Amino acid sequence: MNTAPVKSFDNTTNARLAEANTPSSKVLHLPESEPLRLACDQVLGPIAIAYETYGALNADKSNAVLICHALTMDQYVASEHPVTKKPGWWEAMVGPGKPIDTDRFFVICPNILGGCMGSTGPASIDPKTGKPYGLNFPVITIGDMVHAQVRLIDHLGIDQIFCVIGGSMGGMQVLEWASSHTDRVFCAVPVATAAWHSSQNIAFHEVGRQAVMADPDWCGGDYHSHGKVPKNGLAVARMAAHITYLSEDALHQKFGRSLQEHSKLTFSFNADFQVESYLRHQGSTFVDRFDANSYLYITRAMDYFDLGAEHGDVLANAFRGTKTRYCVVSFTSDWLYPTRESREIVQALNAVAANVSFVEIETNDGHDSFLLEEPEFFATIRGFLNAAGVKRGLKV
Amino acid sequence: MLKAVIPPHGPHRVDHLLIAEMVEAGARVLDVGCGDGELLQLLAETKATDGRGVELSRDRVNACVTRGLSVIQGDADRDLDDYPDQAFDYAILSLTIQATRHPKTVLENLLRIGRYAIVSFPNFGHWRIRMELLLTGRMPQTQNLPEAWYASPDAHLCTIKDFADLVGLVDAQVEAAVAFNTSGRRLPIRHSISLQNLFGEKAVFLLRKRHGS
Repeated sequence: MNTAPVKSFDNTTNARLAEANTPSSKVLHLPESEPLRLACDQVLGPIAIAYETYGALNADKSNAVLICHALTMDQYVASEHPVTKKPGWWEAMVGPGKPIDTDRFFVICPNILGGCMGSTGPASIDPKTGKPYGLNFPVITIGDMVHAQVRLIDHLGIDQIFCVIGGSMGGMQVLEWASSHTDRVFCAVPVATAAWHSSQNIAFHEVGRQAVMADPDWCGGDYHSHGKVPKNGLAVARMAAHITYLSEDALHQKFGRSLQEHSKLTFSFNADFQVESYLRHQGSTFVDRFDANSYLYITRAMDYFDLGAEHGDVLANAFRGTKTRYCVVSFTSDWLYPTRESREIVQALNAVAANVSFVEIETNDGHDSFLLEEPEFFATIRGFLNAAGVKRGLKV
Repeated sequence: MLKAVIPPHGPHRVDHLLIAEMVEAGARVLDVGCGDGELLQLLAETKATDGRGVELSRDRVNACVTRGLSVIQGDADRDLDDYPDQAFDYAILSLTIQATRHPKTVLENLLRIGRYAIVSFPNFGHWRIRMELLLTGRMPQTQNLPEAWYASPDAHLCTIKDFADLVGLVDAQVEAAVAFNTSGRRLPIRHSISLQNLFGEKAVFLLRKRHGS
């Protein structure tokens, strides 16, 4: 089932494609006899769910923390990324003695369905054709991603997860988990997220997808067969998206109008400004670790997310009877998932008298704040998990 | 049983201790304007309550959640509408009603959300305040109400008598009422409301909606 590396791919692309099919992490293989029935009514199987774990599961399996990752993240939450060799994306938060303390908790982080680091996605080989799925991959939803994670949790023999936590799209999965599996989620921490994807956010995603699809190397989604990668399109998509993860203040403070290398304008379209050079770098490093079709599918899944609409247009109905304890977190400078969208979740939870905490953290770093070491945010997570752990009867 | 005198210099606010005495063990409690979460913590420790808080100040909310309390950032005037009827055994508003924009609506919401509402407030009818207004002709500034009128968050100060009138107006009944002064001394129950209104610096009311209304 391995991809035969196509000669014209560079080493980085080959390494990435190898990870998409035979990941360095743990993998759960679900046979064709146990397929996933997707929201689009198609059946997908066999499937692989790549995941990483940290810490140890206790005897009564009550200390599991499920981390749901965001759009372009992966299972390497607290360990080196096999392609980029960079540290885990949330190492400040997850590890021994960290707020999500791997000395106390058994941390599970799966690569999402539709991803490209080992879970089944458009870059995976379709067993029926022996070629990558490409656009033959079905359009998936946040709910489908969670269904796949449920299979993993079943496989690990865990009845109730102590905490499901995630930021951005990870937060959407947290909400979906708590809504459809409240008995299996003791506490839930949706961070910098929303119960439905706003028009503005859909618009930004559409810009990104159009950039990918406008790249001739995208080849109608079949670039792998042609030995190509739509690097330019995906890089532009990433550049545009990256702006939305920051804030005007943060960009201004970091770059202002500072010039690159030469102290003068070059009267050309070179990257005169530092901010241009920074964005180009963000774009070019991204294409080395991410599959363009995965980007299309995952952004689509986020666009489709509307938890209220699935419950008769009343978001509170999504949480009726919930037993889960919630800690909703937003950031003042996040304009992609602004505080008012978190507040909507809180209002819905209040409407069903759920046990909910809500904090807004003052930051300057925009949506990306949830990935940074914000002391107030970390103290909140630590305090909430400690208190919930006491309620759950976990050892301190 | 309510004790006659509460230790004046204990770690807890007098009105908190009085409220804690009113709350049944194991109750579900919503503390509106919960500040640093002192009362929620006291109730959890002494009455094993299932507590939630609402607090306006972001810093205080974050401090509460960091301490493990379930608190949301919110506003008594705006956010109480979200809660369903009778979601809690007690909806508590301690020393906050005078700072709300619409005290009557807030009180109605408390009585709707909780089986009981507990409200404590500074009594503007206390003799020292009356004296100060009479003698200086200026808005009183006391230990209880230290800010100048323009800096005070208290938009709707009232006396014990005023509050009792509001209780009637929102069709609630008084289950218990205690007036006390800052040293923690409780006024004897046998005192008339006029005497309580004259000598009580603060008051705590335990209320519930009238039956059949």
